[in-house]
Amino acid sequence: MDEPMMLDANAVAGELAELFGFEMTATVHRCAHCGNVGQMGTLLAWTQGPGITLRCCICRDVVVRIVRTPTRTLIDVSGAAYMEIRTA
Amino acid sequence: MPEPLAWQISTVTAIRVETAEVTSFTLELPSWRPHRAGQHYDVRLTAADGYQAQRSYSIASPPSRSGEVDLTIEKIADGEVSPYFHDTVAVGDKVEVRGPIGGYFVWEPAFGGPLLLVAGGSGVVPLMAMLRERASADPRPPAVLLYSSRNFDDVIYRDELAALAAADTGLRVIQTLTRSQPAGWTGYDRRIDRPMLSEAIAAAGPAPLVYICGPTLLVEAAANGLVELGVPPAQVRTERFGPTS
Repeated sequence: MDEPMMLDANAVAGELAELFGFEMTATVHRCAHCGNVGQMGTLLAWTQGPGITLRCCICRDVVVRIVRTPTRTLIDVSGAAYMEIRTA
Repeated sequence: MPEPLAWQISTVTAIRVETAEVTSFTLELPSWRPHRAGQHYDVRLTAADGYQAQRSYSIASPPSRSGEVDLTIEKIADGEVSPYFHDTVAVGDKVEVRGPIGGYFVWEPAFGGPLLLVAGGSGVVPLMAMLRERASADPRPPAVLLYSSRNFDDVIYRDELAALAAADTGLRVIQTLTRSQPAGWTGYDRRIDRPMLSEAIAAAGPAPLVYICGPTLLVEAAANGLVELGVPPAQVRTERFGPTS
């Protein structure tokens, strides 16, 4: 992990809102690896690679991966045990 | 529930030079929505061949101004978007944007305080939106801004910060200049460290809401330092810019 390149999930809030249809950084998730419960905005973001990687701010394991190709977008959220989207 | 984010074409209505490397652009928005202090807009440039470059820029203006926002943009020498703004954009030009974006790194008066804001360089921009909103809030929570710049002439919003602090005993601005200091400088002259953070905590008061924005390594140092000094991690919100240019 390249620490100086590390950003917050806030940096990709626009992409997340576009993909999920909601403002996601205030959404609560649970890390599937360490169990930490926190807002998506607490995730650490790496955006310089071929995709977007969001890691847990506690255990640094991968929570969300997003890769876009010209024809499709792959979203891997296997690192999140759950996400809670507030609808009201 | 708000509608999904859509790109829209804004019009540049004012340009204000803040420092040699930093300029504020006022964008008039056809589909303006009230923002929350700390949020940003995404800006997208499209070349004639279809190539697109996109960056996020923090909103500097308070939500009370309707129909437009100010984005304060630092020129990154080898950047794809910021040099275009600094070197090419003129009043009347159209710019494609979407926003406001982000629900985590935000403050509104209902959150209360005290506020402890820590900025490195242009990381002061979203924090300035918070201070500008706080200035018209009632009641105004106590606030401390700990602000690190390289040189005196690099201090963004220098005069406005001085005026805000002079007019408001509830606002304390602690500054450090890491590269050079003018004669008679009474602030700090080194990178943000433990004694500065201790002073900021003491000035803010107990259980502050902390917002830290700047280059990644500064944000890391400040966030870790504050937590080591006893600030609960859940009270610390961070926005990292990446490597220092």
